Amino acid sequence: MQYDHILIRYGEISTKGKNRRGFIDRLKANIRRTLKSYSAIRVEADRDRMFVLLNGEDHLAISEKLKGVFGIQNFSPAIKTEPGIEEIKNAALSYMNGLTAPIKTFKVNTRRADKSFSYSTDEVNHMVGGYLLTNTEGITVNVKTPDLTVRVEIRKEAAYISGEVIQGAGGLPVGNGGKAVLMLSGGIDSPVAGYMSMKRGLELECIHFHSPPFTSERSKQKVIDLCGRLSETAGPIKLHIVPFTEIQKLIQKQIPENYTMTSTRRLMLRVADSIREKQGALAIVTGESLGQVASQTIESMHAINEVTSTPVLRPLITMDKLEIMKIAEEIDTLEISNRPYEDCCTVFTPANPKTKPKKEKVNFYESFVDFDKLIEEAVDGVETLVISPEAETKRDETLDLF
Amino acid sequence: MIYFDNSATTQPYPEVLDSFMKVSQRYFGNPSSLHSLGAEAEKLLSQSRKQAADLLGVRENEVFFTSGGTEGNNLAIKGAAVKHSKRGRHIISTAVEHPSVKEALEQIREELDFEITYLGVDEEGRISLEELVQALRPDTILVSIMHVNNETGTIQPIEEAGAILSKYPKVLFHVDHVQGAGKVRLDIQRCKIDLLTLSSHKVHGLKGNGILYIRNGVQISPLFAGGSQESRFRSGTENVAGIVAMARALRITMTDMDIKTEEIDRIRKRIRDGISSMDSVSMNTPSDGSAPHILNFSVPGINTEVVVRALQEREIFVSTTSACSSKKKASSSTVLAMFKDSRRADSTLRISLSSQNTMEEAEHFISAAEDILTNLREVMR
Repeated sequence: MQYDHILIRYGEISTKGKNRRGFIDRLKANIRRTLKSYSAIRVEADRDRMFVLLNGEDHLAISEKLKGVFGIQNFSPAIKTEPGIEEIKNAALSYMNGLTAPIKTFKVNTRRADKSFSYSTDEVNHMVGGYLLTNTEGITVNVKTPDLTVRVEIRKEAAYISGEVIQGAGGLPVGNGGKAVLMLSGGIDSPVAGYMSMKRGLELECIHFHSPPFTSERSKQKVIDLCGRLSETAGPIKLHIVPFTEIQKLIQKQIPENYTMTSTRRLMLRVADSIREKQGALAIVTGESLGQVASQTIESMHAINEVTSTPVLRPLITMDKLEIMKIAEEIDTLEISNRPYEDCCTVFTPANPKTKPKKEKVNFYESFVDFDKLIEEAVDGVETLVISPEAETKRDETLDLF
Repeated sequence: MIYFDNSATTQPYPEVLDSFMKVSQRYFGNPSSLHSLGAEAEKLLSQSRKQAADLLGVRENEVFFTSGGTEGNNLAIKGAAVKHSKRGRHIISTAVEHPSVKEALEQIREELDFEITYLGVDEEGRISLEELVQALRPDTILVSIMHVNNETGTIQPIEEAGAILSKYPKVLFHVDHVQGAGKVRLDIQRCKIDLLTLSSHKVHGLKGNGILYIRNGVQISPLFAGGSQESRFRSGTENVAGIVAMARALRITMTDMDIKTEEIDRIRKRIRDGISSMDSVSMNTPSDGSAPHILNFSVPGINTEVVVRALQEREIFVSTTSACSSKKKASSSTVLAMFKDSRRADSTLRISLSSQNTMEEAEHFISAAEDILTNLREVMR
């Protein structure tokens, strides 16, 4: 049975006024990019909805991909068949058997654009409903609040069966809300923060601090893999890997132990801000959650945030660790984040970091050394990678192993 | 050469051998080593896992690499038995399982005091779902049913069995998918399978590699304790080269699978028609509900080992029964279970095809078989 198209309904976009065109164009481009590997499909958009014309491509695989695209409220696959009653009955049955989620009750709702069709809408409803009842198990009719309304649309040239409503990811199309940089450590929180800011339409570039030989190639790979996951939602993502060893060494040498953590975060933020400016981004996104660790108390944030006036967005600020982990699991980053490699935050963790650092003190300690030059060097030494879901495949093509 | 013994093993694809060589030479590091050679090897491992998971329609953390079908079946059955013996000591399986299932079950029956119910099969080699329901007891912890029979190609009603078992949350469902892989589609999620065994060398990969699918949340005890590889389910340094080769073999096998299996089925049909018309041949493989690549028939009264050797003289390679049993000169236990006729079970021949076989080979085989059987009948009666 041939699935013909998938109907996509917009989410919050539909409330936009004059910007609507831009939102829709962005969504369309994002959907095209997500479905790039399905060469036969076509994407068509109008003001209220969008269609993916399948042209023979696998609707289940495409549905799975669409579930991850921000800006889609929900969508419905549709089968196309010959406009004859037997064909319609068969198509409706295979539509029922191909549902992505099980149902208990249904009804049939027929529309005839072709009024010359030999049966009335009521007759079609009855015939199709009866056929579905006898050929399925454990499913009953409920005309008031069915789990599924099987929609039958009869036209001259063809009949369409649809009705299943699959939830989309909601949110706004990625890229429509300007650009920010994400500080990506390799832990559980920062990829979730990235994901959530993309949900509101932000385009992201990622920044990761790498301190060889204190941190390993594997912890760098971990971040590359996390970026890969984010890029499945966002398309290719730039990852800036900052050489951070020299700055960390100087901090260890110069700053009293209980203040090293505060200073480290301040310097990371300064480096990130400098990269942000170079890349023309307007905000910095972090995975901080209030009170989670010493650096995320309100006093720490106050002392750390002092180094920049750039907006620092903290999507997870009020969330519990368990809530964050649940999202991490849903977006498939939890397992990567749980790989046991140290990052540059954990390597030099002092035994008793200040949970209530004082701005004056940290400024005083930092005043004895000139970090500006090292920051500049770190920014100049940044290695920038472009991570896309296909990056692995490209690597493989040269090796030809898979 | 005409190779019609693909259920015993398949010829590795050249690309598969190429991957094995490259990985063995260039990425020989131990994936558990800290340095970059280890990291490279680990990366290949996780890439293989992802590819296998995508092809099987499951999650990466549900794919565990083993040494092949025998280990996969043993790990699933013994691992489940050891882990859940406190819950109950009853297992249900079928009379037509591969020895690596049957003997593993017999072992835990004798040594761990389990009771095993073997479901009988009808003349098509298929179990009855009513019998399955009747056999379930409060102390049943595992049901193990093969997908495609290795001797006759009969397909078991896995999806229906899975639907029944989904109502028994304490019963794990294991499927031996070794013969079905790449030949008969099986939706692991839809069939509610908890444990599923695959072997690389049956899909043009190399011997010594396999996969055990373990559904998220399912607990079994490992057979091998050690360095905690494969999330503790299977310790031992990973055979990275073989695993990469397996991921590739699976990919090639499953590309255009429907087109390939249709062609295999056409070839088998031709052989079936050709063989059926010969004197005193009884078909054992059912015409409906069997995998496209296996054809099993009996020539009662004829020593089929002689037929295998006579065909081999003409460079045609087939089996009497499954490769695991043929050396023991045993009769086919599957055919015996189907027809309860030892003369029939003693004289089986099994043709098993792959996408590398052609219609010309089928024609050639039919005339060779006709020739040989006619000659033998004169001598052996």
